Amino acid sequence: MATTISQFVHQLPVVMKQAFRKLDPRLMIRNPVLFVVEVGCVLTLLLALAPDALGGTTPGWFNLTVGLILLATLLFANAGEAIAEGRGKAQADSLRKTKAVLTAHKQSGSTWKTIPSVELRRGDVVLVSQGELIPGDGEVIEGLALVDESAITGESAPVIKEAGGDFSSVTGGTRVISDWIKVQIASEPGESFLDRMIALVEGAKRQKTPNEMALSTVLISLTLIFLIVVVTLPFYANYLGIRLEVPMLVALLVCLIPTTIGGLLSAIGIAGMDRVTRFNVVARSGKAVEAAGDINTIILDKTGTITYGNRMASEFIPVGGAALGDVGAWAAIGSLQDETPEGRSVLALMRQLELYYDPAVAAGGTFEGFRAETRMSGVDLQDGRRVRKGAVDAVKQWVIGQGGRVPSDLNDAAEQIAGAGGTPLAVAVDGWICGLIHLKDTVKPGMRERFEQMRQMGIKTVMCTGDNPLTAATIAREAGVDEFIAESRPEDKIAVIRREQAEGKLVAMTGDGTNDAPALAQADVGIAMNTGTVAAKEAANMIDLDSDPSKIIEVVAIGKQLLMTRGALTTFSIANDVAKYFAILPALFMLAIPEMQALNVMQLGSPQSAILSALIFNAVIIPLLIPLAMRGVAYRQVSTERLLRRNLLLYGVGGMIVPFACIKLIDLLVHLWV
Amino acid sequence: MLIYTYAAIAVPFLLVLLLVRPAGWYLAKAFDYNPTGLDRLFGPLERLIYRIGGHPRHNQTWRDYAVSLVLVNTVMLMLAYLVFRLQGQLPLNAAGLPGMRPDLAFHTAVSFITGSNLQHYSGESGLSYLSQMMAVVFLMFAAPATSLAAAMACIRALADKPLGNFYVDLVRALTRVLLPAAFVLALVFVALGTPQTLEPAVTAQTVDSGTQTIARGPVGSFVAIKMLGTNGGGFFGANSAHPYENPGALSNLLQIVLMLLIPAAIPLAYGRMTGHARHGRVLFIAMGLLLLLLVGALLAAEHAGNPALQALGLQQEQGSMEGKENRFGVAQSAVYTAVTTASETGAVNTMHDTLSPIGGLVALISMLLNTVFGGIGSGFMNVLLYAIVAVFLSGLMVGRTPEFLGKKIEVREMKLIAVTLLITPLLVLVPSAWAVAAHADTISSPGFHGLTQAVYEFASAAANNGSGFEGLADNTRFWNTATGVVMMLGRYVPILLLLAIAASLSVKRLVPQTSGTFRTDTGLFGVVFVAAVLIVGALTFFPVLALGPIAEHLSLWQR
Repeated sequence: MATTISQFVHQLPVVMKQAFRKLDPRLMIRNPVLFVVEVGCVLTLLLALAPDALGGTTPGWFNLTVGLILLATLLFANAGEAIAEGRGKAQADSLRKTKAVLTAHKQSGSTWKTIPSVELRRGDVVLVSQGELIPGDGEVIEGLALVDESAITGESAPVIKEAGGDFSSVTGGTRVISDWIKVQIASEPGESFLDRMIALVEGAKRQKTPNEMALSTVLISLTLIFLIVVVTLPFYANYLGIRLEVPMLVALLVCLIPTTIGGLLSAIGIAGMDRVTRFNVVARSGKAVEAAGDINTIILDKTGTITYGNRMASEFIPVGGAALGDVGAWAAIGSLQDETPEGRSVLALMRQLELYYDPAVAAGGTFEGFRAETRMSGVDLQDGRRVRKGAVDAVKQWVIGQGGRVPSDLNDAAEQIAGAGGTPLAVAVDGWICGLIHLKDTVKPGMRERFEQMRQMGIKTVMCTGDNPLTAATIAREAGVDEFIAESRPEDKIAVIRREQAEGKLVAMTGDGTNDAPALAQADVGIAMNTGTVAAKEAANMIDLDSDPSKIIEVVAIGKQLLMTRGALTTFSIANDVAKYFAILPALFMLAIPEMQALNVMQLGSPQSAILSALIFNAVIIPLLIPLAMRGVAYRQVSTERLLRRNLLLYGVGGMIVPFACIKLIDLLVHLWV
Repeated sequence: MLIYTYAAIAVPFLLVLLLVRPAGWYLAKAFDYNPTGLDRLFGPLERLIYRIGGHPRHNQTWRDYAVSLVLVNTVMLMLAYLVFRLQGQLPLNAAGLPGMRPDLAFHTAVSFITGSNLQHYSGESGLSYLSQMMAVVFLMFAAPATSLAAAMACIRALADKPLGNFYVDLVRALTRVLLPAAFVLALVFVALGTPQTLEPAVTAQTVDSGTQTIARGPVGSFVAIKMLGTNGGGFFGANSAHPYENPGALSNLLQIVLMLLIPAAIPLAYGRMTGHARHGRVLFIAMGLLLLLLVGALLAAEHAGNPALQALGLQQEQGSMEGKENRFGVAQSAVYTAVTTASETGAVNTMHDTLSPIGGLVALISMLLNTVFGGIGSGFMNVLLYAIVAVFLSGLMVGRTPEFLGKKIEVREMKLIAVTLLITPLLVLVPSAWAVAAHADTISSPGFHGLTQAVYEFASAAANNGSGFEGLADNTRFWNTATGVVMMLGRYVPILLLLAIAASLSVKRLVPQTSGTFRTDTGLFGVVFVAAVLIVGALTFFPVLALGPIAEHLSLWQR
């Protein structure tokens, strides 16, 4: 909290400058609700100079106060927008600095020419050596290098980039920290990832999203309705012989039109995008974030998203009459120097099962790593014995090759493991196969709960995996996904997306490889991993800089939160009108119709203090709600019914009660003077 | 005593509750384009009509539907206008009445084609029997048939079916719903004592040897469609307060039931037709509870009596009897008033001008809401409007692009809804401001009450209610023209816009319902719907109501 406040104080001069700049009526007219306030503000300020210009009798100081409160209302609303924009500004500036210093070694014929990066075109080939910044987005066509992408992702561990495959895409502004690469530039000037990111974090290219436009129409309609109400009111009053003062009517109008939500609407949108960005996901448009809130189906890759993707030892199965302890001990001895996750997991399983083995046996042995040709790993012990673990048929052949025999129950046991969706590894010492290790793909902790939450949110999860149906079914059951596709090919994903879309559902998916690109493009929300290929990133409408596929779930939540914040503040804004009516209407008529005192339920001090109090509340509520607009309303994954009831109570009923209390309190203060 | 009074009040509501389900089932059936058993019953008559007028078989786009609707109504309007203008030269004019002035003829024709039945003339002295039958009764059938057709088209669109054909719907509304029911009801009303004759008025000798002209005419058939079609225009100037138009307790009871029956059945028919029966029921219950609230408020206000009369020594134990018929009493008058304004019928069995200020306020609010069942078809279309607004807000609050019956509500629909929401405030507030500013001389009781009179007149016109607060010298060029225009806009603009909204939703893909969908068939939705109706629909009018009836009430009771 303290940092937020100091940050805020630090930002204040910039924000205030922006807030004043946004008073320009040409900008203001884009927000009709605030434009009406601005017109009222100018009108009352003019009436402050010449109080009787329209035959009014309200004193100049009162008109001035009304005008100033309206000005404050406008500045508060502008500040909200400016703060939201400012959040991305710093990030944009540092990115822009990166961009300014970029130079490129462009290939021209057989020589390399050094030019500023802004002159690079699509298709140019550049050489980037150790210590240099990559001048633009592109594809590695030659070489291999370690690249530090922290400028973009904030992740400090460097990543390997090499020609071909799924790790060939590089981003402008990242640094090569070892070796060299040749990069073919993939974007035109001004369209690179860096440019897009700058535009995005600045909110410069922000367009109103569909839902924002729908809501603005309603707000404009409400503004027009209340304009009709306020403009016709003096005619009625006049018929009754009551004079209504212009500043008072302006006050009534401003209080009735939905200034709260009108003032915060764009801030909510910008902040929503910003929340996504802070989450290290770059959304191409606000529309994509909004769409994320509506997702009905999420397609997830099994490996890396739902499971760790590496298989873990879960069981030792002795064969040929061997003891459980033997299998474990030999498996452990063979894995002592094995740094692969499988090897680590064997030792972990030993500890878990509290099995004992003698590490001294392995001391001084030579470790044989896993190779594709042998499909085994193991250790040659000092006493000459050789321990191996690996694919069942590979180990079988190795044992037979040494004149050993294969236990008769080996095949059955291996098939049983495969049947349960696992992978069997055989363990052998010289000519003796003592047993099997049951390797299982492990579901990441917490995934089951997440899928359960998503089911409550009405989201179906589909798991895609290259595994056989048996393995897939096991994992699907364990993780609790709603549906799975085994032995899936890239086309299958598109088919699933199309099928779901044909039912009218919105589909989200994550992907990284080039072959994911068509599916990413077909999905309503496609999130590409930053480690993925250029094609995948181009096809997606969001890019996850951390390359964490399970993040899609949070993105959905942010999308929902965005809509909820809009809905909640709109409801609050409209509900406030009830109290404001009871503050202002009696104040307007109390002098002429003393009986109207009965409507003054808040017992406000005087007509003038009542009007000023309502106006002050109307202005002050905007900055008070800015943090809420920035943060978004609390989103809990509960049933829609409960969510609605909660928000209705909080923002609907609360919005009706809160202003009564606040206006009364403000009036107690204001009435000291007027 | 009081217990009998309240039991008597409950009877019409219980009857409606009993009849509304079968009525809803029947309506859904009558407008189902798939062959039903009703085809055999009504087929011959409909085939005859189609043989004369041609049988349109194609489904229309919403534009075609709207154009047909406006076209047919325009032709009917012009026919009625001509009849009113030329009635002096036309037959069946026993009293020898002259033709209407152009502005009054325009006003009257508009008034009946829009189902408003605002009357700036008195039936006995203003219309010949031919005008009553050929123009007034004809339009009393045509108007509800038109709005029922439009509502059915909207419902079909929301049910993801083709919109239908206006001519077919119009014919069906007449042949399957209004004509058969009105025929039977006319006989019932005659049996209950309303006259049905083409003989002219009789002159009677009174006991104190004076003479009295007793008007009569084809009243039974008139009253049947007047009530059933939520029309409300009186055969006589005194409307349902006239003993020939509403002879007694039974006819009064029947009239209350008829005003509510079709409007209340439509939400249930809607539920059945869209396959969202529970959603239809939620809307029905929500509106029903609002109606009971309005009835209760009116009863309380009228029973409270008038403190000014009390102060003069006039007993007020029975409540305020001023302007009420002795044979109905306070309770039956109050219930009738609430129902006639809420259902946008506009028939009156009591003088609304002499309602207590709060009673007048409740009547005014009932009209302005225009959703507490409302008039046939048009009331329900308003309900749909508020239901969509409610869904939009609550959909946002649960974090989804709002869906109504599985269709996404997006910019286009919200634009159309934004315009629709503007209509009532525009049509009520602007012309009544004009009236009090420029035509204050036509208002009989200046002050708070006068303001209420003017606002009531335009509210009644805009909502196509047709009841008069009276007390206005309203047969002037200003009032005739202004309310005429307001009635027309108040009728057709919302119908056209809602057709457009429904059509725009119908072309969208159906979003499957999941547990994340905001459900519209729960009590919670009912609450949000009522809140939307009250806040969006009523908040607008608070200032003018404060200056009119509320100020009058406060000054009356604080004296």
